[in-house]
Amino acid sequence: MRKFWMVPVAVFVAGLLLTESLDNEFYFFAGYVILQGLIMGTAWNILGGFTGYVNFGSAGFFAVGAYTSIALNKAYALPLPILILASGLVCGIIGLGAGYLTLRLKGIYFAISTLAMAIVFETFINNWEYVGGASGAYILTPADSLFFSSYVELLFMVMLIIAIAAVCFARYLAVSRIGQGLTAIRDDELAAECMGVPTLRLKLISATAMGVFMGMAGAPYPFFVTFVDPLSAFSLFIAVNSIAMPLIGGTKVWYGPVIGALILGLTQEITTVTISSELNLLIVGVVLIGFITLAPAGIVGLVQDFNRKRLRAKAGD
Amino acid sequence: MSGELLINAVVSGLLIGGFYAAVALGLSITFGYLEIVNIAHPTFVIFGSYVTYIINLNFGLDPVISGLVFAPVFFILGMALYRFYYTSFEKAGQESLNGLAFFFGLMFTIEVLLILVYGVDYRLVNAPYIGETWHIGFVDFPLRLTVPFVIGTTMALGVYFFLSKTFLGRAIKAVSQDRLALQLMGADPIKVKQYALGIAIATAAVAGSLLIIIGPVEPSVGRLYIGRVFAIVVLGGMGSVGGTLTAALLIGVIESFVATFYGPSWAPAVSFGLLFVTLALRPQGMFGRA
Amino acid sequence: MFTNFVMKRRLVALGGMLAAALFLAQIFTPTTTRAAEPLKIGFSMALTGALAGAGKAALIAMEIWRADVNKAGGLLGRQVEFVYYDDATSPSKVPGIYTKLLNVDKVDLVVSSYGTNEISPAMPIVMRKGLVFMSLFGLAVNERFNYDRYFQIMPAGPVPKEDWSRGFFDLAMAQGDKPKTIALLAEDAEFARNAVSGARINAKKVGLNIVYDKTFPFGSSDLTPVIRAIKSSGADLVYIGSYPHGSVGLVKAANELGLKAKMFGGGMVGLQFAAIQKNLGPLLNNVVNYDFWVPEPTLKFEGVEAFLAKYQAAAKGKKVDPLGHYLPPYAYAYMQILGQAVNKVGSLDQKAIAEHIHATTFKTVVGNVSFGKNGEWAQTRTLQVQFRDLKPNNLDQFTKAGSRVVLYPKSVKSGEIVYPYK
Repeated sequence: MRKFWMVPVAVFVAGLLLTESLDNEFYFFAGYVILQGLIMGTAWNILGGFTGYVNFGSAGFFAVGAYTSIALNKAYALPLPILILASGLVCGIIGLGAGYLTLRLKGIYFAISTLAMAIVFETFINNWEYVGGASGAYILTPADSLFFSSYVELLFMVMLIIAIAAVCFARYLAVSRIGQGLTAIRDDELAAECMGVPTLRLKLISATAMGVFMGMAGAPYPFFVTFVDPLSAFSLFIAVNSIAMPLIGGTKVWYGPVIGALILGLTQEITTVTISSELNLLIVGVVLIGFITLAPAGIVGLVQDFNRKRLRAKAGD
Repeated sequence: MSGELLINAVVSGLLIGGFYAAVALGLSITFGYLEIVNIAHPTFVIFGSYVTYIINLNFGLDPVISGLVFAPVFFILGMALYRFYYTSFEKAGQESLNGLAFFFGLMFTIEVLLILVYGVDYRLVNAPYIGETWHIGFVDFPLRLTVPFVIGTTMALGVYFFLSKTFLGRAIKAVSQDRLALQLMGADPIKVKQYALGIAIATAAVAGSLLIIIGPVEPSVGRLYIGRVFAIVVLGGMGSVGGTLTAALLIGVIESFVATFYGPSWAPAVSFGLLFVTLALRPQGMFGRA
Repeated sequence: MFTNFVMKRRLVALGGMLAAALFLAQIFTPTTTRAAEPLKIGFSMALTGALAGAGKAALIAMEIWRADVNKAGGLLGRQVEFVYYDDATSPSKVPGIYTKLLNVDKVDLVVSSYGTNEISPAMPIVMRKGLVFMSLFGLAVNERFNYDRYFQIMPAGPVPKEDWSRGFFDLAMAQGDKPKTIALLAEDAEFARNAVSGARINAKKVGLNIVYDKTFPFGSSDLTPVIRAIKSSGADLVYIGSYPHGSVGLVKAANELGLKAKMFGGGMVGLQFAAIQKNLGPLLNNVVNYDFWVPEPTLKFEGVEAFLAKYQAAAKGKKVDPLGHYLPPYAYAYMQILGQAVNKVGSLDQKAIAEHIHATTFKTVVGNVSFGKNGEWAQTRTLQVQFRDLKPNNLDQFTKAGSRVVLYPKSVKSGEIVYPYK
């Protein structure tokens, strides 16, 4: 376990090597989208899978992150890393607010209030002329892409760094005492409180972390698509994907969303450029239903079951 | 602020509120009495709209009649849906998150099937009363909205009385409160829940017919209603059909008021802001059980 | 034993990822044999999602062009093939699709998807590669990019946002009973907002008093309160930017509440679609709205009727607009322009093609087309059309002249305005 830091470093280096060796930019565009899903799924899972509070308003956090980026870029032309940190900060504060909400609201009520929050944000941004409101905003691709051969490679590496940070943080939460506390809250909040688990503090940490990473995932988005409007930024697809990926991978572990994002994200990118058309939507729907009915604990659960059966068989010899 | 404008705004709000009640009714039942988070409910409503469209197109039946004629089929669909949900989830104690994801998946699947079968062009229906307006004094009652209001509120009241006066209705109310007691009273809880979801989906059929009377429909229109419908059910209170009706009318009036006097753009913020405040101060809604 | 579990799980997960990566790489490895003969044109198109109705219709029109051009010998003597993918009306898919088209499928030419949201994300990519970019219906996309190889087939005009509504205002101010006040209403979405922002500028230019200026949420259920507020403002003119769902609701509410105005309409999308026209019927009478092509005698350009006949045959059973008056002729025309330019230049030199397109007036099924410096039409040809004498529940009337009379521009005018609206 102590040697874990080698994994993120290896992934980072692998990413750098990819940008040097691969000429075909398509991989980076697809990779960006997959990483975005990975970050959103990991962030969602911190509050959802670990702590047991379902967030319907993921698109709200994502879009606020994107629009913070647009607003600050328009006002001060700040470099991308600052924009990312700023978005993380803003959405972290919103996440903190959501955390306080958990004091009053549990279960589905909390979920609905996150949905309401997202809709309120959407209405405000629709009416905020400075960032284009409902007319949308254009962000021109900067000419400078540092030492990368194209801007999308830079964006890809930026997302990779955020993804590594998110997954490492999720892992840190999971293996630490905080993680045990979150699990206790998820299983039975009242009992946890009675046992002395500082439920409020843990929930606030969890919710704020979720907000921070979702905001950071949204910050580079305007630079990726060049044109952002509220309808596409607050898209239902983002919200559903951020729930589907952890569910498919496995919500109880930190690497569940990673697996789910890779599988669902890769599938979606592949079908976009091969089968195409309505089948893409159908796949999300059917895969969700399929996994939920047949593999409720996600892929991780399937693997665990498989291992358990094998061990039992071995023990029976 | 002209009095005439004010009264018309309120009436407009009530009319659309009656329709909202029709859409939210099914969710009120599933959410309030079955504790199932059927986020796909608006998609079932759209499905109902398409069925109404087909019947209206091919047989020339009035949309409302079409909705009522098809409701029993949706009822059976709802029963089957509960059966599946029960076997896959409730038996294993896997509700909440997984049930939620299941209905998300269902929502996408139904929407895509509608796209595959009917395409994405807008569908509309024809009926003699669409386009007509009654004028009572200075108050306007466009029939395109009045008919859905009447049907919607009648259906809501019908369900309300069904739940309080009939044995099955009271069994539905009881099944979420105390399952064991219900069994001791001689009712099979599984069957009762089946009927409940059946009724909920049947109301979606009728709500769908009303929706396509009010405006054009295409498969993704359902998504616009998800937030509103949940807001109404939570605002009204879990387990209270009367609460749902009241909340629906209230939200309709608020939207209409804001749209008339301040600008329609802010109407969603006001409705959902109200929901927020309610959740913060009184999470069980206006009429819910504490 | 614990470590064993963890190791196994990790291995399985890694194995899965590796397999997926290999799978991905294998699918996208370009084949060694070069398809030398066919000329490939690549694009993304909204075949699902909000704009799918238009996207699918456009695709049908483009396929008709492909069949026509291949029958006539193809481009540069090569048969034309399309390589396209569905972008699901989702901007984030567009950059990836165009990158694949260019780097993996190695297409020879690209054209755009449909709609501002889907055109813009492709711009940085095509700009970097210096490609000619024929675009299908995006409002003022090039205002930000200033790309000299961008061409827009939507006939908005050199200053798109204002030219869009200029006809409406020219008509209004030319009347004897001059209007003094105007109500502006926009649905909260890209095109509608932009159209109305142009209208606002035009209104101020001609000295109208703006007595109502609001927006409404996309997909609102009931627009009665909005119409009532406009009615109580007493505006002479009502200029609206809306999408199909909103357009239908507004027209119905206006009729139900007996809204009176000197002119009503402007930038309402959806009133050009066959299913909606048929359903609204007489409710549309005297509405003045934008359109791009209607079956009036002044718009019978060479080839358009033949094209529409082919389109209507191909559209049967495909669940798209059955008449195809709005977008399809322009989807055919923009391919015509590209094809004519490529053949005239005689090569795939993008710079030469772009210069040729800038310098030429093309004959297409939508008439003569010439482009200004910014790639927009040199002169606006956004029609202002008035619906007249419509009967209920009759689709056929829309195929004949007289149901949608062209009032503007003068070059294709086919009738006089009925003023006031009500």
